[in-house]
Amino acid sequence: MPNMSLKKNVMPHQDADVRNKNFDEVALGYTVEQAIDEAERCLNCKNKPCVNGCPVMVHIPEFIAKIREKDFEGAYQIISQSSSLPAVCGRVCPQESQCEKYCIRGIKGEPVGIGRLERFVADYHNANCKEKPVKPESNGIKIAVIGSGPSGLTCAGDLAKKGYEVTVFEAFHLAGGVLVYGIPEFRLPKSIVQKEIDTLKDLGVKIETNMVIGKVISIEELIKEYDFKAVFIGSGAGLPKFMNIPGENLNGVYSANEFLTRINLMKAYREDASTPIKQGKKVVVVGGGNVAMDAARCAKRLGGDVHIVYRRTLDELPARKEEVEHAMEEGIVFDLLTNPAQIKGDDKGWVNAVTCIKMELGEPDASGRRRPVEIKDSEFDIEADVVIMALGTSPNPLIKSTTEGLEINKHGGIITDENGATSVQAVYAGGDAVTGAATVILAMGAGKTAAKAIDEYLNK
Amino acid sequence: MYKIVDKKVLNPTVTRIDVYAPFVAKKAQAGQFVIVRATEDGERIPLTVADYDREKGTVAVIFQIVGATTYTLNQLNVGDSVADFVGPLGNATHTAGLKKVAVVGGGVGCAIAYPVAKKLHEEGAEVHSIVGFRCKDLVILEDEFKEVSDKYVLMSDDGTAGTKGLVTDALKNLIESGEQYDEVIAIGPVIMMKFVCKLTKEYGVKTIVSMNPIMIDGTGMCGGCRLTVGGKTKFACVDGPEFDGHEVDFDEAMKRGASYKEWERHKYEETCNLFKKEVK
Repeated sequence: MPNMSLKKNVMPHQDADVRNKNFDEVALGYTVEQAIDEAERCLNCKNKPCVNGCPVMVHIPEFIAKIREKDFEGAYQIISQSSSLPAVCGRVCPQESQCEKYCIRGIKGEPVGIGRLERFVADYHNANCKEKPVKPESNGIKIAVIGSGPSGLTCAGDLAKKGYEVTVFEAFHLAGGVLVYGIPEFRLPKSIVQKEIDTLKDLGVKIETNMVIGKVISIEELIKEYDFKAVFIGSGAGLPKFMNIPGENLNGVYSANEFLTRINLMKAYREDASTPIKQGKKVVVVGGGNVAMDAARCAKRLGGDVHIVYRRTLDELPARKEEVEHAMEEGIVFDLLTNPAQIKGDDKGWVNAVTCIKMELGEPDASGRRRPVEIKDSEFDIEADVVIMALGTSPNPLIKSTTEGLEINKHGGIITDENGATSVQAVYAGGDAVTGAATVILAMGAGKTAAKAIDEYLNK
Repeated sequence: MYKIVDKKVLNPTVTRIDVYAPFVAKKAQAGQFVIVRATEDGERIPLTVADYDREKGTVAVIFQIVGATTYTLNQLNVGDSVADFVGPLGNATHTAGLKKVAVVGGGVGCAIAYPVAKKLHEEGAEVHSIVGFRCKDLVILEDEFKEVSDKYVLMSDDGTAGTKGLVTDALKNLIESGEQYDEVIAIGPVIMMKFVCKLTKEYGVKTIVSMNPIMIDGTGMCGGCRLTVGGKTKFACVDGPEFDGHEVDFDEAMKRGASYKEWERHKYEETCNLFKKEVK
């Protein structure tokens, strides 16, 4: 008999007032008992609506059934057939708009905590499994993957499992892409990312860091001179967007990319760090996405009084609900229906305030959301010594500018067909380099699709 | 890890290291830069390519010891390795079509100006090099500059080397004396580039400057290196590092460049004290 409780097992967390002062992981994970109890809530539906909600089609009811049988390693093996990064997905996927959205239990009550169970299984495997994955027999065919973020790692993993000799080229000194420079430690511990990457290495994937493809080697050279038979571009998002308002280049104004990279990749929050960061006392974060939440929560942990400024209402906030709730619990103030008009600075060039204007919602725009309209004469100043602009990014220009014949759309994203094939033969692409800023799991889905297409192309 | 195969102390505060990085050496061009991390937990800093040897697979960078990171880098010797050496990044200097150019270098900026002068010379342009230093002890690359220059003017703040005065004085004299340049290329402290551009604007001579702002990734991701050029925000790492000097907002660039000055000073002292403790 299934567990018919209408509510998910609650995820244990660090207390909000404790965690907002440290960078340790916020969510602590299910115990064995909680995991089994939650697994009992799954009805094991025949038509598996949850699976269709997953961009990489994890066999969800099957892995949950293994949890019920207390065969946690068996559950892991089922997930890893579809996903190269289960410990990551269990933490950062927006399950509420994917697998869990379609869960039958969600019609009356809360859906099964699929993400929490995935995390439990992956963590169990990482803590208990000492066996290394077996490196498949090589087929001798070389594949180049550009970028070691979620799309690149997924593509690399899937191709390595099929016997391809995969080399991943990473521009930074450390592999992981947005998983290491963007998503904070308290949401995704870097040791977990490292573990997932080590697993790929065990499968035979080579990782070459400090290689900026397009600059040090072009894509054409990878194919013609270095004998790679196919290339996957997963170079991620690029240049940060700004608002083009006065004062954005004042000292103390960061893009979210820069602020998060200093903290996550360069560990600027640590006492002994060699990379500096301005620890703001009054911080204004502009934007309402997950990146804005990450930046705000980091700034809070550095000791700041943090305000998020967003031009629409809570209902339109694009960030995950869970992230918004966590941010609120941690004491971050949301200034909604508010838009910056100008950033003011002192005579030394440091920011000291943000002039904002009050907004109201007007008629729906092309996206269907009600358009925010300025309220006349409603300007006011918010004091700030650090301002973080979290407004999204536009695709990186390095690869498109050095790859002849690679077609891009008007936003700068690489154009691909539904299988990830670009306008250049043997060159595939996926993730933010194609779509613009999106989620980890969508990038993984694109990497997976491209891996399949590359395999088919090379076996034609 | 990238091995240091040669090291030269150019003056008490400026050092050249040649690093074995064959992939970078294969593609590097004058005007481009690399991102270097001296040690595993170190800071990423941009350094301009000073020279390269494609056959030996080496790339040279010249740096001034200004803070904790460059201090640490200077502690490394031949046979040691730097943790990371990424590049070549940014765009190469445009030299095509230039017949007569004044190359203006200030202080350690001469290390970046020299390969540009060399490239122009090799392409057959007439090169006038104007270089400035605080004093005689800080002069670098004198012989190298002379070799690639049709005219070499050495200036110093205190008159202990060459002529006493600023590079702008020398440039003004040359222009006033009737020298007509297709372009002036100025590389040095931001304040020097600002005043070179102020001067050349008066005379209507196109001027290119090489900006060296604070960076992290150097590949167009963080946006830390942004500056205002012609009223628009540009990114030095992918749009530059060279820009039309008459369009650059130098005052803003100077303020941004000083963002972490206090922090740097503190960190430098810490590093030095730590070092003292170790040798005790």
